[in-house]
Amino acid sequence: MGREPYETHPYDVLVIGAGGAGLRAAIEAAARGARTAVICKSLLGKAHTVMAEGGAAAALGNVWPEDTWAVHFRDTMRGGKLINNWRMVELFAKEAPERVLELEEWGAVFDRTPDGLISQRDFGGHRYGRLAHVGDRTGLEIIRTLQYKMISMHVDVFMECTVTHLLTDAGRIAGACGYRRDSGGWLVFPTKAVVLATGGFGKVWRYTSMSWESTGDGIGLALEAGADLIDMEMVQFHPTGMVWPPGARGILVTEGVRGDGGVLRNAEGRRFMFQYIPEFFRAETAASEEEADRWYTDKRSNRRPPELLPRDEVTRAIYREVKTGRGSPHGGVYLDIATRRPPEFITRRLPSMHHQFLELAGIDITKDAMEVYPTCHYSMGGVRVNADTAAATVPGLFAAGEIAGGLHGANRLGGNSLTDLLVFGRRAGMHAAEYVSTIRTNPNASRDQIDDAAAALLAPFSAPGDESPFDVQTGLQDVMQEHVGIFREEAGMRTALERIAALRQRLSRVRVSGTRQYNPGWHATRDLHSMLTVAEVVTRSALERKETRGGHSRTDYLKTDAALGRVNIVAAQRHGTIELAVEPIPQIPDELKRIVEEHT
Amino acid sequence: MNAGEEITLRVWRGDAAAGRLVDYRVRTAEGMVVLDALRAIQATQAPDLAMRWNCKAGKCGSCSAEVNGHPRLTCMTRLTEVAGEGNPLTVAPMRAFPVVKDLVTDVSWNYEKAKEIPPFSPAPRDPDGRRRMYQHEVERVQEFRKCIECFLCQDVCHVIRDHPENKPKFAGPRFFVLLAAYEMHPLDTANRVEQIRQDAGIGFCNITKCCTEVCPEGIHITDNAIIPLKERVVDQHYDPVLWLWRKLTGRGKTSAATPPPSR
Ligand SMILES: Cc1cc2nc3c(=O)[nH]c(=O)nc-3n(C[C@H](O)[C@H](O)[C@H](O)COP(=O)(O)OP(=O)(O)OC[C@H]3O[C@@H](n4cnc5c(N)ncnc54)[C@H](O)[C@@H]3O)c2cc1C
Ligand code: SF4
Ligand code: SF4
Ligand code: FES
Repeated sequence: MGREPYETHPYDVLVIGAGGAGLRAAIEAAARGARTAVICKSLLGKAHTVMAEGGAAAALGNVWPEDTWAVHFRDTMRGGKLINNWRMVELFAKEAPERVLELEEWGAVFDRTPDGLISQRDFGGHRYGRLAHVGDRTGLEIIRTLQYKMISMHVDVFMECTVTHLLTDAGRIAGACGYRRDSGGWLVFPTKAVVLATGGFGKVWRYTSMSWESTGDGIGLALEAGADLIDMEMVQFHPTGMVWPPGARGILVTEGVRGDGGVLRNAEGRRFMFQYIPEFFRAETAASEEEADRWYTDKRSNRRPPELLPRDEVTRAIYREVKTGRGSPHGGVYLDIATRRPPEFITRRLPSMHHQFLELAGIDITKDAMEVYPTCHYSMGGVRVNADTAAATVPGLFAAGEIAGGLHGANRLGGNSLTDLLVFGRRAGMHAAEYVSTIRTNPNASRDQIDDAAAALLAPFSAPGDESPFDVQTGLQDVMQEHVGIFREEAGMRTALERIAALRQRLSRVRVSGTRQYNPGWHATRDLHSMLTVAEVVTRSALERKETRGGHSRTDYLKTDAALGRVNIVAAQRHGTIELAVEPIPQIPDELKRIVEEHT
Repeated sequence: MNAGEEITLRVWRGDAAAGRLVDYRVRTAEGMVVLDALRAIQATQAPDLAMRWNCKAGKCGSCSAEVNGHPRLTCMTRLTEVAGEGNPLTVAPMRAFPVVKDLVTDVSWNYEKAKEIPPFSPAPRDPDGRRRMYQHEVERVQEFRKCIECFLCQDVCHVIRDHPENKPKFAGPRFFVLLAAYEMHPLDTANRVEQIRQDAGIGFCNITKCCTEVCPEGIHITDNAIIPLKERVVDQHYDPVLWLWRKLTGRGKTSAATPPPSR
């Protein structure tokens, strides 16, 4: 397009993403005096975070006074199968309570305990009831609170705009560019620092609980800018997604259902989870249904029900039950709370689940069981960051929230993401502002970089070919679902890599029709670049990890390999190709190691 | 309507300059919602069909449109539910906002209104650094905080639906709900009454309850938010002591105990 006039907006800090992490980062950067803007693909307040249901984990000790940061630290490390970045987990567990309480200062209204404090619910992998929540719409409460706090601070927001490229100057961040979705106009942000808070990449799979936005743009942006990624093979398939009707397949059924007493049964009516308790968790898991049922009210003398094992364990169990022919008519298992709790309890604690099943499936969950099957839900891996500063390996680039890797290790515990957004969103905003204040000479992106980026974006309007972006997208989702899903094996993943390469060829033949004005076909074409990159990195990282651990399960390596428990897989792009490295996990100090080992 | 059958969707296509209704044939599937049908059209027949959606589960408030003339979330409207309203099914953009393209409207007015509302300003914490609020005190506020900002109530409100000239002087039901959420928050200290009367223009509302009828979150916008706010406006004018009492106790003549309006 040569030289159409570019709309240019200089800032100190540009935050990409308006989910919990991006909003919290923007609040902090602005509070510290940085000229800050936020950019997001949807309208403000619609980011994926709004869908979060169950709650935000923090050792407030309001319900169980024996809960402390140390127990939260231990649970998170063990849930992550010990390949987490211990320093991130330490900061996280220590700062989580303060971050949750701070939301109250900004107007959040959590559910209360009888003595007027924030109530906390049980969730998988957490030793004590720990999730601050608002019924089952906690994400909405958090995003609204942060959104209005940010508005009151006069942070500029660019809604319905997509960042397509990060700009660099001699290896430092110099800003970002992208387009307005409504007009198709080109935007340039010369900035000193960028915070990536673009969320996860579940849309790369067929069945997912995530929104269309979760195409992993941050992964593509970070790689292109030269940043490292970590643990990309670790993808969480949440045990309970809806299976029916077809249009609703993949939509999440909150873990809160199990936290509040719901149990999983197979077609024979059996509570099958007792058959799937792994050695690693046997000592802390109930041995009988009676003990499991007593635990809800007496946690001191009983152990946790196996339905509340970490998500990877429950997902594998459901997969196996269905595989061995004990599944429900639509290929799932049953999640039953109707026979276990009174209707008023269910509608009070789980109002949106009740509504969701009634409206979408015509099922009343106070009367009937739900049919569920695992759905792609969360990406543990992501941009490699410094634990304290949230800085990526490129100067001026920071990352927080689901796009960052390291905190959750091989598997994330429910409720730990929302608090992650707050703790590390704040840290990213704080350190981005600090970084900006230390810069002496401003970075300056070359005009060529910007022109090339704009030309690449417009190429599909004149591409040779007639491929549909939506067909390529579905093709990719099917490949990943089949070969790089819950269980993976070598041959399947090799096939996946070939298919991904072929889809990349097809992408170059995608031809977009219509104008630049609000054109979803064009937008989807752009998103495919990120999605294909994500697919390749995940698959190649998964091939490298020859074991089963957390969110990464392999039929050809069913066991956990202790040696691989001491490494992370790191990916980076060098001269246009993605390279992998196997690196030792950071050494955990002895006093923290003791915490992980005791308290069982 | 049975699964597998073909139906016609008559979808508004166009932009700020001009537009028209275009018919598309869609093969239905079990449990299909209007958004599924629109996305099927987009994937196979009209890749540049503009619409908004995110969660597909009634949680984000992105997919608002007028289905057969009624403001609805397209992701929560099952085809079987509206099939009886006549064939073909029409889907048009929200009428109260300027069209950008097809089903996408310019809702920026709402975001501008949001900026005018003074933020939550809490009382000091308890001496031990904590905040105490009781479940029965927060429940009415939690009702308002369920709002997903779908703007369907704004769309249906006659004060602005065909009267853009009222927009500068009127905040609309969504923002009465927000003002009520702050005003009735047990810890908020701000006096918002003048704002509610003057800037938000609550006097324009003549309690037709159309907003309450379309709210997908079932918020009793008129009974629980607007009417109590109107009372506070009157009280502060004529009886500041009563206003203060209501503010402190969270009580109003018409309170959360009002039965839900029949739909
Ligand atoms: C149904 C559901 C329920 C959940 N429940 C819980 C729960 O109870 N507890 C919990 O802890 N976690 C939960 N999670 C997980 C949690 O919600 C997410 O991990 C978290 O919200 C991610 O937040 P984020 O800020 O990192 O990113 P997101 O909220 O995903 O936001 C990403 C932002 O980046 C923007 N963006 C992306 N790409 C670009 C681009 N190229 N240009 C510009 N902007 C871009 C998007 O527009 C968006 O604003 C749940 C997830 C789901 C799906
Ligand atoms: S009740 Fe008031 S705010 Fe609601 S639609 Fe009617 S006039 Fe508008
Ligand atoms: S009050 Fe109801 S109708 Fe209005 S914006 Fe909120 S959720 Fe939508
Ligand atoms: S897509 Fe979120 S409410 Fe419809």
